[in-house]
Order: sequence, then structure tokens, then C-alpha cells
Amino acid sequence: MSMTADVFEKSDVLAEFNPPQSARKMITIEDLSLVFETNDGPVNALSHIDLAIEEGGFVSFIGPSGCGKTTLLRVIADLERPTSGTILVDGTSPEDARLNRLYGYVFQAPALFPWRTIASNCKVPLEIFGLSKELQQQKTDKYLELVGLQDFHNKFPWQLSGGMQQRASIARALSFEPQLLLMDEPFGALDEITRDHLNLELLKIWHETGKTVVFVTHSIPEAVLLSTHIVVMSPRPGRIAKIIKSPLAKKRTLADRESPEFVAVMQEVREALANDHRID
Amino acid sequence: MKRLTHPLSIDSLKNSQPAALLLVLIALTILWYLAAFWLNSDLLIKGYERRGMTWDVSRLISDAYSMKRPLLPTPDQIGYELYKSIFETKISSKRSLVYHSGITLSSTLLGFLLGAFLGIVLAIGIVHSRTLERSLMPWVITSQTIPILAIAPMIIVVLGAMNFTGILPKAIISMYLSFFPVTIGMVKGLRAPDTLHMELLATYSASPEQTFRKLRWPSAMPYLFASLKIAIAASLVGAIVGELPTGAQGGLGSRLLSGSYYGQTIQIWSALVVAAILGSVLVALVGYFEKRVNRRMGITG
Repeated sequence: MSMTADVFEKSDVLAEFNPPQSARKMITIEDLSLVFETNDGPVNALSHIDLAIEEGGFVSFIGPSGCGKTTLLRVIADLERPTSGTILVDGTSPEDARLNRLYGYVFQAPALFPWRTIASNCKVPLEIFGLSKELQQQKTDKYLELVGLQDFHNKFPWQLSGGMQQRASIARALSFEPQLLLMDEPFGALDEITRDHLNLELLKIWHETGKTVVFVTHSIPEAVLLSTHIVVMSPRPGRIAKIIKSPLAKKRTLADRESPEFVAVMQEVREALANDHRID
Repeated sequence: MKRLTHPLSIDSLKNSQPAALLLVLIALTILWYLAAFWLNSDLLIKGYERRGMTWDVSRLISDAYSMKRPLLPTPDQIGYELYKSIFETKISSKRSLVYHSGITLSSTLLGFLLGAFLGIVLAIGIVHSRTLERSLMPWVITSQTIPILAIAPMIIVVLGAMNFTGILPKAIISMYLSFFPVTIGMVKGLRAPDTLHMELLATYSASPEQTFRKLRWPSAMPYLFASLKIAIAASLVGAIVGELPTGAQGGLGSRLLSGSYYGQTIQIWSALVVAAILGSVLVALVGYFEKRVNRRMGITG
């Protein structure tokens, strides 16, 4: 029964995230809803979302397609506007957070510019932010090395594999050293071997940089391996079914996936998904 | 061991390409000679009958291919005329096709540069402002529905009254024809970036100007070169048309006009051939720049 102590129902979560000695909250969402107006009538993409994400956390959104996990991430990134409710990102509105270049966003696809080399792609945000040439070079060198692409500076994206391209896009998101990393199924299109490898790299980067990571995935093992908190979501209307705090230690390896704790968390997530699965 | 190639493999295609080209060229030449005989012989037979001459087929054939003012000159007659007016005439002479080509080329290039610039500026305006799109686009399209032959004399006369003579009025006509494909192509090209890339720049809160430089402009390159190729050919047509109504002193257009005044069909056809060669060279030149830009942007082949 030790599991239950670490698992919080939705209502308990805000309290859990608010202990007296709590770390600063990076994202606070209260009663947030988003309705898309379509030709077939309104679609409730997000319904009454309450969520708090503390600084330094690694939070995954998991759920079937249509559950609004990507939409929620896009709301945090100010790529979508909520219909109602409040959201604060680092104490400001998502728009201000975006204008202050608070977060780096990693899309499902690498979204590299095909006419630029890998190094030059990493410099896009740095050029936009007006960093000096030396600083641009310095950051590019540092983060391409961090993702293991130090030998590919002058290659064009099409000369790299899908996994390497996605690593380059992560280096690009890290290059301007944002406090917050928003990742939308970044490894969804990759094979399992590459995905495992990149998961470990991401954990390493998270440890080294202490960033807050919000991560969208539809892979249960991936969510459990990476996260400090797993937000299980359900569709129609898109909502939070359960928030699970991982009992696993911060340092993790692929071998941890065999451990009983890991398997228990997997089971927990699976049950949360199944309980809320309705056939409309 | 002998290497086997599939009849449809790239190798066999590559090997057969020059042969196919040659075959088409030979077929076209034969057709041309047949057409020249067919068109010219009518004229000749009427002439023989008027003068009460006796004639036979071999006489008709040799006459049909050596008329001074044939209805359709033969390739060898045009070739000889080209040789004479390019290599055996001083470049400064008014009989030199090089002289006339130079005049046409200068207004073509000026008109092309003006047209490309105008086309790009209009496209940038249209892409960034809905008001501009609504107010400009109908005019851009209307401008091209007016026959250039109708509007060219007016442009020349009006500019002439304002003391603009020489290559500028002709360049304006070239510009009039060449800005259009550039505007249409670049509106499409500047809107070519996919949503993902636009959103990426939004996450960096990039300004519209930064978005333009970093994303819209590079994305538009394939569209730019496709439309520049059309524009430079249209520009050449514009320059020639601009030389027609003015009784211009020089240029391929004036060669065409004086040729048609005096029934000098060989002269007309030579000027046409030179115009065609000039057009191909100009389009190839744009293609060359496209290749260079592509190489810099990491696109090979």
C-alpha cells in the first residue's frame, strides 16, 4: 500500500503542489476550458483543467488522441488561447511568457529549416534574440555537443536521420537556455531503440540543467520513465482524469523499467486510462 | 561480363537522349523544307503562268528554295542571313543583328530588373496586409487582361511627351509584362512556409521583419526563380513589342517591322530566330543563378 501514499487524486494535487517549503510554481492553471468552434458545432477541447507544475519538475501529459494533451501544451505556449479560466506561466500570462522567450518548444516534427545547416538551424533563435556572433557560436557548440551532434555542424538536415534531426531540434530549443521546455511528442515518430536512447539523453539534460519540462506523449513506459508527475487525460471533453506522482528516484536508467515500482506506476497509469475510457 | 540494362533504365534513357533529340531536329527540318516548298510553289506557279513560262518540277523546286522574298524561307536561307548579319557586318552597323540585339537586350534587362523589383515589392505588401491584397490584387490581374499591343503605343507616346525617350519607355513596357508573374509567384512563395515553421518563429516571438528574412524569403526561392524565368521571357517580348509601334531606330522589333514593310521575310525570320536564341539564353541565365542559390541552400541537383 505504499503506492497510494504517493498517488494523489485530482483534488489533492493542488495541495500536494503547495507544501509550505514548496518549490516555486512554474505553471498554474485554474478552471481552464477551451472550446473550438467548428462547422459541426463546438468541440470541448479542454474542460475545467486545474493543474500546478512546480519549477524543476518533469511533467508528462498522457492520454488517447483527442484528449487535449497537445492543446493544453499549446495553451501554455500561447499558441492557443483558452476560452475561459486562468493560466499563469512563471507568474505572467502565456503571451508575456512567450514574448519574454521563457520557453523552448520542441514539436512532433523536427521543424528544421532545410536550407540551413544543423549549426545554422540552432542559431535561428539566437539570431532572433540578437546575441553576438561569438555567443551564438558558443551556445551552438555547447548544445550540439550535449545532444551528441558535435560532428554534424555543417550537415544539412536531409543528410541526418530522423532521430538526429530531432536531437538537433532539441539543441535548438536548449540553445537560448529557457527555464521551461515544452515538448510535444518529440520522439513519437522514432523507432523504439532511438527513442530509448533519446529518453536517456533527455533525462541527462534535465538533470544537468534543472529545467522544468512539460512533455506530451502517448507512450506509458516513456511517461513513467521520464516524469516526476504523470497527468492522465481523457477525451470528449478533454480533461484531467488523474495526476500521478512518481515514487521513482530522480536518477533513472532503462533497467529501472524492470523494477516493481516502475511496473506498479505503469499499472497505475494504465488503470487511470482504462477507468476513464468511455465509448461514446 | 556485359552489363545488362533494362530498356527503361536511366542508363538507356541517358544514352538514347541525344539520338532522340537529333531525330526530332531532323524531322522538324524536313517538315520545314516541305512546308516551304508547299507555300512558296503556289506563288511561283502563278508567276510562271503570268509570264507564260514553261516550267517543270525540278525548276520549281530549285526556285522555291531560292526566292528573294519567299512566303516561308528555308532554314539554310535564314542561316546564311544570320551569318551575314552577325559575322560579316560591323557590330556598329544598322544591318548587324548584334547591334539590334544589343538594343533590345538593354531594355529587356532594365525592364526585367524594374519588373522583378516591382513584383517582389507588391507581393510583400500583399502578403503582409489584407487591405493591400484586396485593393491591389484586382488591379494586378486587370493589368494583364489589356492587350499589350494596345497599351504599348500609349505608353511610348505619353512618356515621349514627358521627354522620356530611348530605352526607358520600352523598359516600362517590359516591366509591365514581367512584374505580373513575379507578383503572383512571390505571393504564393511568401505564403509557402508551413504552419509548423511559422509557429516555431512565434515561440521565439520573432517580428514580422525577422519572420520575413529568416523564413518567408528563403521559402519563396523556388517560386521566385520559376517566376523570374517567365518574367525574363515576357520582358523580352515586351521590349520587342515596345520597338514595333514607334518606328524605333533599332532593336529586333524594328528589324521585324522594317522586314514586314518591305516583304523581307528572310530578315523577319532571322530576327525571330535571334529573339528566340536570346530568350533561351536569358532563361538559362536565370537557371544558372537558381542553381547557385540552390547550392548555397543545400539543395543539390
